[in-house]
Amino acid sequence: MKANSPSVALFIPCYVDQFYPQVGIATLELLEKLGCTVTYPSGQTCCGQPLANAGYARDTVGTASHFIETFSDYDYVVCPSGSCTLHVKEHFPAVAGLEKEQEALEHKIYELIEFITDILKIERLEGKFPHRVSFHSSCHGQRGLHLSSGSELNQPPFNKARKLLENLEGLDWVELSRTDECCGFGGTFAVTEEALSIQMGKDRLADHLQHKTEIITGGDMSCIMHLQGIATRSKQELKFLHLAEILNQALS
Amino acid sequence: MTHPENAAEFLKDAQKSKWHDETLWFVRDKRDKVSKGIPEWEQLRDLASGIKDNVLANLADYLEEFERNAKKNGIIIHWAADSEEHNRLVLEILQQQNCTAVVKSKSILTEECHLNPYLEKQGIEVVDTDLGERIVQFLNQPPSHIVLPAIHLKKREISELFHEKLHTEKGNEDPVYLTQAARVHLREKFFAAKVAITGVNFGIAETGEFVVCTNEGNADMGVHLAQVHIACMGIEKILPRRKDLGVFLRLLARSATGQPITNYNSHFSSPSPGKEIHIILVDNGRTAQLARDKFRSSLKCIRCGACMNTCPIYRRSGGFSYNSTVPGPIGSILSPGLDLKKHSSLPFASTLCGSCTDVCPVKINIHEQLYEWRQEVTKTHGDFAKGLSMKLANGIFKSPLAYKISGSLMRNALKSLPNSLIYHPLNVWGKNRNLPDPPKESFQQWYQKNRS
Repeated sequence: MKANSPSVALFIPCYVDQFYPQVGIATLELLEKLGCTVTYPSGQTCCGQPLANAGYARDTVGTASHFIETFSDYDYVVCPSGSCTLHVKEHFPAVAGLEKEQEALEHKIYELIEFITDILKIERLEGKFPHRVSFHSSCHGQRGLHLSSGSELNQPPFNKARKLLENLEGLDWVELSRTDECCGFGGTFAVTEEALSIQMGKDRLADHLQHKTEIITGGDMSCIMHLQGIATRSKQELKFLHLAEILNQALS
Repeated sequence: MTHPENAAEFLKDAQKSKWHDETLWFVRDKRDKVSKGIPEWEQLRDLASGIKDNVLANLADYLEEFERNAKKNGIIIHWAADSEEHNRLVLEILQQQNCTAVVKSKSILTEECHLNPYLEKQGIEVVDTDLGERIVQFLNQPPSHIVLPAIHLKKREISELFHEKLHTEKGNEDPVYLTQAARVHLREKFFAAKVAITGVNFGIAETGEFVVCTNEGNADMGVHLAQVHIACMGIEKILPRRKDLGVFLRLLARSATGQPITNYNSHFSSPSPGKEIHIILVDNGRTAQLARDKFRSSLKCIRCGACMNTCPIYRRSGGFSYNSTVPGPIGSILSPGLDLKKHSSLPFASTLCGSCTDVCPVKINIHEQLYEWRQEVTKTHGDFAKGLSMKLANGIFKSPLAYKISGSLMRNALKSLPNSLIYHPLNVWGKNRNLPDPPKESFQQWYQKNRS
């Protein structure tokens, strides 16, 4: 991709920027290792999803407009979050005066894993990661962006993240009982329905633990933050890594 | 009580809520397996969705066609604008027949209209003949699930209830024994009822027929023994042609319980000699929902309950937590259309995970409508403080500088504040969850130092 390589802009979600800078770094380094020229447009903030999901999409026009302008000059926008990517694609309020740019953005923004498999067309990654890994499927990544097949649908099974991971030397893929049940994060749901959110998180963790996992990974740090928060509170010995961190480590 | 309060209450009995989750997951899993045995499953869903879209787009015409054809078959048609009119019509028919005891097979519409308490006030005995419904009726409860009305109860509770109501042996929890007792009890009621009430699963415009699906045969038993059959039907239950049934009957039972077909799919076209069939066509808010572009397709629902079985919230909070006749995801997009204030917490009783949309046999975009209802709820019933903080957040996110300042303030606060303050009771996130360890710098700061 180096020669006349398209320009890739990195969109780092606000909570990743503030709480998980290592995930942003891993995403950047991984894309560079895969031959991309990557820029992190300065001045980027948040996609506005927390507000919109709380029922205030109408108050996010300013946020959306700032976002569209920040990313309008690039061929691709890549984001290490299925949820934020889906929000930009499907839930941005219409921004008057930026209709063309907004439509273009919806078609050029990709979640990190789908960018690697669908745009860079990488089928296998050569690397080493000798650990027992279980995958938490984020709902917005799976059912929204179709990064993997859903258990509800009658369709051939596929999982874009698994495709990249299972080829890594030494990686032991852990099968779960409920492959794609929600973890209970759900943005503001995590606080407005606290009791349910916690129970759902505990149930998900139990599934991973029952199958003797070592590392829980996923494409959305918001789910991971929730699961990790519950696990550390109950002092469970578990590691949590974003897919970008695993792939970046494996390729080094 | 709001949904979060009811859910927290339900979760207090950890063992029972776990059992509830696992029981409904078992049904969902059965549905997955049986639906995957049909290679054209997704095409069937597309087809069903398309047929229902067509029905909703031409509802008035289909309803009139249905009325014409049903009348030709000798069926008496009534129209009810709302629940009161529906209940009054039922009562009038019962009074004409001098009927003081009526049997009723499962009908969510009559639950929606609160028909039972209305008739009971008039001195009429109403007996729900579906086993699960009879159980909750003994307890003076509404159904907690539209297909599995007593799914919130365990065998032991039913054994105790039947001991009290039907004088079964104390402590005998054998399902066969308990079901047999219910059969004997219900048989008496069937023989005594002059009028039988049923719901309607599908009404066929082309022929004026209608279909009632039950697993227990209780609709048939009631109807065939009674002089008069009253079928209560929501106006959205129309299908254009008889052959459309092939699509819907294949989807309904598989989606509902994982069965290939409902045990009894009874087709009613005309009354037996000397008997009467009445159909009451009920609006009760349906045309109002039809007029709402974003929420119209909620009327495609065929009441299979699959969205309840799959919903991670429903499974862990129980049907009563929704405080709405139709609970679960579909109820949370139907009920706000009936009473937005009462049901304002329901669109938020979801993580928007989208599983409901993907199991729905008629492809209603349930989770997207939940999102849209949230936008409506906050316009009129948003809590002021929440609205204000959201507007502030929008101010932060549209200004890069404000975002940087608030972000670093937050990270530094997390580093320097004692845990007792971070995990203050007002901080709901931290009640049962830790926050991530705050990093020394944000990604932006790292990038500026290392890459620019």
